[in-house]
Amino acid sequence: MVKYEPPLEKYSVNIREAIVGEGEKAIKIGGENTFPFHFFEGSLPNPPGLALEILDIQPENWAQWVLEPFQDVTFDPVRWAEKCVEVFGAEILCLRLLSTDPMGRDTSPREAARITKKLADSIDVPLIVWGTGTEEKDSQVLIEVARVCSGKNLLLGPVLKGNYGQIAKAALEYGHALVAQASMDVNLTKELNIALCKFFPAERIVIDTTASALGYGLEYTFSIIESIKQFALMDRDTMMQMPILADFGGDCWRTKEAKESKEQGIFWEAITGLTFLLAGANLLILRHPDALRLIKEMIS
Amino acid sequence: MALKGAEIIKRLPKTNCKECGYPTCFAFAMKLATGGAKLEDCPYLPPEVRAELEAAMAPPIKLVTIGTGDNALVIGEEEVMFRHEKSFFHETGIAILISDKESESDIEERIKGIKELHLERIGQKLKINLLALFFESGEKAKFEALVKKAHETTNFALILISEDTDVLFSGASLCADRKPLVYPITKENVSSAIPKLKELGTPAGVKGESIEEIVSLTSNLKDTGVEEIVLDPGSKNIREAVRDQTLIRRAALKKGFRPLGYPTISFPCFMYHDRFKEALAAATLTTKYAGIVVVSQVDKHFLSPLLVHRFNIYSDPRRPMTVEEKVYEISNPNEYSPILITTNYALDFFIVSGAIEEANIPAYLCIKDTGGIGVMAAWTSGKFNGEAIADFFKKYGVGDKVKHRKLIIPGVAKKLKGELEEELPDWEIIFGPLEASDIPRFLSEEWKQ
Ligand code: B12
Ligand code: SF4
Repeated sequence: MVKYEPPLEKYSVNIREAIVGEGEKAIKIGGENTFPFHFFEGSLPNPPGLALEILDIQPENWAQWVLEPFQDVTFDPVRWAEKCVEVFGAEILCLRLLSTDPMGRDTSPREAARITKKLADSIDVPLIVWGTGTEEKDSQVLIEVARVCSGKNLLLGPVLKGNYGQIAKAALEYGHALVAQASMDVNLTKELNIALCKFFPAERIVIDTTASALGYGLEYTFSIIESIKQFALMDRDTMMQMPILADFGGDCWRTKEAKESKEQGIFWEAITGLTFLLAGANLLILRHPDALRLIKEMIS
Repeated sequence: MALKGAEIIKRLPKTNCKECGYPTCFAFAMKLATGGAKLEDCPYLPPEVRAELEAAMAPPIKLVTIGTGDNALVIGEEEVMFRHEKSFFHETGIAILISDKESESDIEERIKGIKELHLERIGQKLKINLLALFFESGEKAKFEALVKKAHETTNFALILISEDTDVLFSGASLCADRKPLVYPITKENVSSAIPKLKELGTPAGVKGESIEEIVSLTSNLKDTGVEEIVLDPGSKNIREAVRDQTLIRRAALKKGFRPLGYPTISFPCFMYHDRFKEALAAATLTTKYAGIVVVSQVDKHFLSPLLVHRFNIYSDPRRPMTVEEKVYEISNPNEYSPILITTNYALDFFIVSGAIEEANIPAYLCIKDTGGIGVMAAWTSGKFNGEAIADFFKKYGVGDKVKHRKLIIPGVAKKLKGELEEELPDWEIIFGPLEASDIPRFLSEEWKQ
């Protein structure tokens, strides 16, 4: 009989390890030298980061099921954040500065930075701070946030082709990490990382490919993340070796299926998240605390 | 195809007689290697050479069929580890566990639930493939009754599960014409099972406590002529499942290791007792290579996400799903009916047209060719901007179809409104809702003409 030798594969490189936050509760993501869940042939020193999101304004049009857990705190981002940590056990949070949207309330960078600082001071877990994807305004807002929250090692994003320069300078000066976002394109991801790495440390960059929900583009995101991981590990492309973030809670809870039933909504978000972890994501931004709990229990 | 043209040519007669339809043996060998020709086209191959080539050229993962006719499940013949390298080909079969311990009415209820689950996506029916009948009662008669019921009252492909080999095969003989998968064939029962497997001609679900154990079992089965095999490495949680499934597929694809060149089966229903975790395990196994996943739940909220997930993972990354560019008439619109526009990304077409049908308001739906790219990505790349849409209006004479001048655009396309107001000055551009699912409400509240 033919003898079976387990066809193990070793990759001689590691995904970079990025740190978010400072002090005891800082979290590390990435650092693995193999594909997701491949504990049998490599090392994955850090479990994926699972963040819960908070808005700086009252949520509009949120499905009732995902509003429910936060209903008593949505009027105050600080209280909201505290609940996520104390009640739902979140180990990292994502604050979305939606109020700064120039097409919406257009809050000033100073005001946004003030809220961010207040929130960051009131919690002891690491914080991701997210703009609105508007290049110019985000640049002003995130620079101000970086300055006011100096030394907190926030993860600031999204940093785009059109605004990475100034934000990265501020992040460098005030000690923060960055999310480099290039939508759905492996080459654009790489280009942006190369541009950033000319003056910004690679180990403080997290990749965002932009993500999508189950049934609404998941297959594209899945394969983009999977190919970036493959380039990083098998082709040893140093500009693809940053840990990867996936941000999809909003897209999931906007779907017809999630609005239809609470249970189905949680399935929708949890399955989407776990699928991206299987593709190689190192950090997820989630919306429903039950989706977070389930994913955490599945991977521990 | 595991063999290269250069390997094949060595075994051909090299007479260049052209009877195969190719100018030389070499040309024939090259065509064979890429799958374009068939071995039987050369009449001069000695039978032993033909058998040898056949074996060497067989796909690294065998194709296995469970069930018969339209409801047969076909799995195997996968070619890649990552779907973006080509595509995954044969969708993971979803099986529902039914225990013979359940009461007759519960069983009927369950079967009814499965039959009634109809889900469509992008014009395709998503369906449950198999019933997994589980001998748990300890009473042979009960199991046989269950097999009969499933056989007589449904068309699903079947899996029979029993640790008791006698019960397993007496069940199998009741539905052998349906070609059920019999499970588990283990190192304990394999020798007694082989003659029965051959007699009934049913595929074998092989279970081992480890991959090594499976290897010796499949080698044994193959030697005796049982070739339709499905593997269960006995994984107990998703971490083990990813390991086992990855190693099995890798051994087959990258090492050409025949004893593992079969599709697999996995049991989320036995791995986790919480229905959420069971679903997450099933999704994990669909992503990571399982040929069949067996789950225990039948309700829609549990199964729909799994069916949609499978649909996504098994969609072909080489071909975006598109529909034809044109102005679609939904429910016989007239010159006062609303006009909406979206892209030719099949998903957009189906969700938007479905929503209009649901609204029960006849309408024109303009489908602009964007190469199968959805609203925002197509807007960014110029395929769905003001200019492109104005061209579309001209080309299809959209203005001649109606007496009004109102165009409803996707609510997400924030900057499109301004562009269109410039390009189509006589039209009033109206933002529709952000989500297609809000179109019914939107149309019935806002469309007054
Ligand atoms: C999957 C995806 C892709 C896939 C495309 C898949 C496809 N077939 O469309 C690929 C990988 C090809 C891709 C490429 C690009 N992408 Co892309 N992509 C996405 C992603 C992750 C999901 C999009 C999706 O499929 N959504 C699901 C579909 C169904 O949504 P939809 O078409 O909008 O339809 C919904 C509604 O609009 C509504 N609706 C639809 N039609 C209508 C009509 C009416 C009348 C109404 C009322 C409603 C309505 O119903 C639907 C459901 O409710 C998004 C990010 C995100 N989460 O949105 C980025 C995103 C759309 N991409 C983006 C970009 C920039 C690009 C690229 C230009 C990147 C680049 N430079 O290469 C390319 C362009 C591609 C090209 N060749 O043209 C940007 C667009 C930025 C913007 N303008 O705001 C996004 C938003 C990411 C981001 N945040 O930056 N992308
Ligand atoms: S029929 Fe056979 S022998 Fe003749 S040319 Fe073709 S491959 Fe060669």
